[in-house]
Amino acid sequence: MSLATHMMSALEIRAAVASGEASASEIVEATLERIEALNPKLGAFTDITADRALARAASIDASRASGKTLGPLAGAPFAVKNLFDVAGLTTRAGSLINRDRAPAGADATIAARLEAAGAILVGALNMGEYAYDFTGENAHDGPSRNPHDHGRMTGGSSGGSAAAVAGGLAALSLGSDTNGSIRVPASLCGIFGLKPTYGRLSRAGTFPFVASFDHVGPLARSVGDLAASYDAMQGPDARDPAQAARPIEPTSPGLDGGLAGLRIARLGGYFTRGGEPAAFAAVDRIAGALGATQTIELPGIEAARASAYLITMVEGAALHADRLRDRADEFDPEVRDRLIAGAMLPGAWVVKAQKLRGWYRERVAEAFGAVDILLAPATPCRAPLIGQKTFVLDGHEMLIRPNLGLFTQPISFIGLPVCTVPVWTEGVALPIGVQVIGAPWREDLVLRVARALEREGAVRAPIGEIA
Amino acid sequence: MTQHEFDADRLIEASLPLLGLELSEASRKVVEMHLETAELLWRAVRDFPLDDEAEPAPVYTA
Repeated sequence: MSLATHMMSALEIRAAVASGEASASEIVEATLERIEALNPKLGAFTDITADRALARAASIDASRASGKTLGPLAGAPFAVKNLFDVAGLTTRAGSLINRDRAPAGADATIAARLEAAGAILVGALNMGEYAYDFTGENAHDGPSRNPHDHGRMTGGSSGGSAAAVAGGLAALSLGSDTNGSIRVPASLCGIFGLKPTYGRLSRAGTFPFVASFDHVGPLARSVGDLAASYDAMQGPDARDPAQAARPIEPTSPGLDGGLAGLRIARLGGYFTRGGEPAAFAAVDRIAGALGATQTIELPGIEAARASAYLITMVEGAALHADRLRDRADEFDPEVRDRLIAGAMLPGAWVVKAQKLRGWYRERVAEAFGAVDILLAPATPCRAPLIGQKTFVLDGHEMLIRPNLGLFTQPISFIGLPVCTVPVWTEGVALPIGVQVIGAPWREDLVLRVARALEREGAVRAPIGEIA
Repeated sequence: MTQHEFDADRLIEASLPLLGLELSEASRKVVEMHLETAELLWRAVRDFPLDDEAEPAPVYTA
């Protein structure tokens, strides 16, 4: 085998395995070698499931040899944020405390579905403690590092998920997104990330953060891989009570449907302030590539973001109340002190915030009567330096950890589907992302637009050169 | 309407025994900062006019 398998997309790997150009075992061996060599530099993986991956690859190779039909992701290596259950591993959720727990007895639902489609799990990935993070730093496991500049943040909390994919250590990864934790690292690491509609994919077998907002989804270097993995993960699961009763709605068949008939606008107002020029220039580029000249403003954005922030503080604090009381010293102090503050907020604040959420959802639904796709920055800046605590936005010094998601938070607040697309500027080493946002349940449209941009060359996800 | 200045320190003092928590002096200052941020954000929510009949809306339905 002379293929540079780490450069290949999941679908290219599947094609190579199906044609016999490469075996699944060769793919996995090459992947494990690359992880062993480069993970110490990237801090992406916290667990490597080598034996399991090799056994799974051998099984796929045996299936092919016996003439069986291969799954749509056969042979593609993937890894999961370490808040996903993996049979035999302790689900640490980025924490020290959860390492006392018994190993998981089974895989999380959507990880199992990826494997049923032929993908091969190679490990679990670094993340911000208990997902209360936008930086990709972890007090216990060290930071995940941006493959495009090791001194810079991956973004979080799915930092390892982005580092693994952008570094070519896996074709695909799974992350979770409560307020931006797929979209922020996808932006800073220059890859594609899909946050589906709230209630679309099962969260069963994942450690929660904020039940009202928790989503799960894939990260990848191509839109085709996002669509194929998303399609494989759909379907009902009685183990997630928040999952909506939606039919499976595959996106891959219509992925190349183009832009014809789509009404695309950029978000104005709030989404044109509070960021560095690069964030808005990226939206200009994408809007230009899509021929989107219309700008619309959503009402109540500041209150919506504030509501998401307060609900997150209180629900997060409620989840961790016992651990805060009994094991406070074992938390990352930056996470613990935010959670403790959340425990002190009045309940009436959260009820008003949830009511505002209902109002805002209705107003945004009305906006989608006149438009199919909305565009907004994914992050207010390119990747900050690891260890950096503050940045200056519009002349105001602000904490990075809670504010890297200021453009993602008002969108996940009402569960809209979003594909983050990576934008590069000639002569600049770091990428920045743009959110392609759809109406509820229109993952097909956000992926179709992302695909059109990818085909046009407006967005791309190159692997970081790791010295 | 009477305006009360938000006092994060008093809130912390009152809440700690209720929650069964203790705080170091360093943590107390950080918690205070987070509470002040939360209170600023709350003003945007508080001042947003909503009908009494407004429903909380956690999820979409199919």
